[in-house]
Amino acid sequence: MGTMLLATGGGSLAWKGGVDKMSVGSEGSLLQVESLVKHFDVVERGIIGRKKVGEVHAIDNVSFDLARGKTLGLVGESGCGKTTTGKVLLFLEPATSGSVIFHGMDVFETFRKGGSAVDAKKLRRGMQMVFQNPYTSLDPRMTIFDILSEPFVIHKNIPKDQWKERVYELLRMVNLEEYHAERYPHEFSGGQRQRIAIARALAVDPEFIVCDEPVSSLDVSIRAQILNLLVDLQQKKHFSYLYISHDLSSVRQVSHRVAVMYLGEIVELAETNALYDNPLHPYTQALISAVPVPDVKHKTTRIILPGEVPSPINPPSGCRFHPRCPYVTDVCKQVAPTFEDKLVTGHFVACHHADKFVN
Amino acid sequence: MTKLLEVTDLRTYFFTEAGVVKAVDGISVSVEEGKTIGLVGESGSGKSVTAQSVLRIVPRPGKIVGGTIRFDGEDLLTKSEPEMRKMRGSKMAVVFQDPTTSLNPVYTVRKQLTDILLLHKGLTKDQANKTALGLLEKVGIQEPESRLNAYPHELSGGMKQRIAIARALSCEPKLLFADEPTTNLDVTIQAQVLDLLKQLQKEYGMTMVMITHDMGIVADMTERVTVLYAGKVMEEAETTTLFTDPRHPYTEALLKAVPSVAQTRALEVIPGNIPNLIEPPSGCVFHPRCKFAKDICMKEVPQWEKVADGHYVACHRWRELSLEGRS
Repeated sequence: MGTMLLATGGGSLAWKGGVDKMSVGSEGSLLQVESLVKHFDVVERGIIGRKKVGEVHAIDNVSFDLARGKTLGLVGESGCGKTTTGKVLLFLEPATSGSVIFHGMDVFETFRKGGSAVDAKKLRRGMQMVFQNPYTSLDPRMTIFDILSEPFVIHKNIPKDQWKERVYELLRMVNLEEYHAERYPHEFSGGQRQRIAIARALAVDPEFIVCDEPVSSLDVSIRAQILNLLVDLQQKKHFSYLYISHDLSSVRQVSHRVAVMYLGEIVELAETNALYDNPLHPYTQALISAVPVPDVKHKTTRIILPGEVPSPINPPSGCRFHPRCPYVTDVCKQVAPTFEDKLVTGHFVACHHADKFVN
Repeated sequence: MTKLLEVTDLRTYFFTEAGVVKAVDGISVSVEEGKTIGLVGESGSGKSVTAQSVLRIVPRPGKIVGGTIRFDGEDLLTKSEPEMRKMRGSKMAVVFQDPTTSLNPVYTVRKQLTDILLLHKGLTKDQANKTALGLLEKVGIQEPESRLNAYPHELSGGMKQRIAIARALSCEPKLLFADEPTTNLDVTIQAQVLDLLKQLQKEYGMTMVMITHDMGIVADMTERVTVLYAGKVMEEAETTTLFTDPRHPYTEALLKAVPSVAQTRALEVIPGNIPNLIEPPSGCVFHPRCKFAKDICMKEVPQWEKVADGHYVACHRWRELSLEGRS
């Protein structure tokens, strides 16, 4: 997306001191993702050895950037590559190609062999993750104090005599009480556990947090608590979030901009209201129309897409959405559309016929 | 309209080692023939156990300890197990949340569909095969002939749920329970399945009980709603009334706590957590989380009161409160 990068190399990581705030890309952007690709090998096991028989195109050519203090929502259905994108960004999975620049630092270079271990730790401190299921993401044998102070053990960012105070502060930040520190995860409800998971991500003072379906496993009355907490924390601390979810309603609630993924590619990216009120990609239109609205007076015509998402092992030619698209023409079958914002500035879309849908 | 199902003061408890879990504690709900009603609630509200009680498939250590269930003019709680077996599948059926576990992985689709037809309808094998094929076509399965010989693991989640629906409909039951039928599905597939259920409900004139936590699905699919919380009924009304003129603080809170794809608005938080059902809160079960709670709410269980025709609420303070709906 043509963001100007001010690469400053591995050395300038003094942002914790608040000195180096200028070492970011244009428009105060914190994170730039360029042409990210992740393919998984499909392997057949024979009697002798293994043979690669294909590739799962988990993510293809994903690019976006994220400004400080903002949230980018990443929506799509299962298997579209949204979780893989989050993991690849944090180097929890190595990428096949592409680059991620965080604070002017090349994330992949830093984590790859030969990168500086000191820099890698600093990056980890800057980029954190909250996982979907707080029942599996917290170690059942550790007390909450241990869970929240483990980052201090690893990152040595706080002297030991201040751990307790910091853990209490973290608990208060997520609206839990000090006495909770002595308890174990099983003593908490799902919503409380998710708060603990958020507190753990905050323990190292990150600037960027990947939230992967943080409310999907929670009850409806608890979801609002967590969504509001995420927004409050952002307003106080100016975190940037990548909010990954299949739930279009909660994404609308928390995101400043939203990217829609289909079969490993971003098909549309725009300001939240622009995307929801005037979606330019037929897939986005169908996705939004498919969500039941909790209002009795709301009437929409649901666009029912035929069939199901095809296999990412052999994605369809041309536009990957063409086999299910109601507006498909010959060009869609042969030529992959470019991802650009020439129709409406700032509203990126990859569709040959997007001009039909501009309001 | 005749009432096809009438559940009165149902109590289903689970006798666990930790204590007695009052999963369903005095729930009353009725369904008129040909209508779709919603049973709405969060986990632990008792919505699924209510359905299990009606079907008499409450898992151990659960037991129905009180109340009456009248279905199609008969008292279900006096029926023997063989009598119940004859009713399940033929007169009432259920579509469960997770088709991966509700379909048997070691049998083909054909076997799972024809078994029920052979048992309840006494068809011959050929007839059953033909009927099964017709059912797959009806629920929109492509290439139904080859799918009949498939095993569940060869099918996608959406297809499995279609087959579960086909199986539930195979004997044209009078009453269908849909227990969170789309919770595990992607949005576009959810839209397909909801559409299918709507269309089949019309076609068969079936009565449907939609069990869900999703207020969007309630608004979209149901005519009447019963709101459950912690094993008790909070409010019951026509769907439109419930959304525009809720009388129970829990209903109002629920409506204001859910985000919508159609607009952004401030989300109101319901404080606290879902209560422990071994020792439920005294008085009104919702009082610890209710912003309108007063002394009486802690002490006395609220009565089931009539607000208007067809609109009932269990709240001490419904007359004095002015609550907001969603519009």
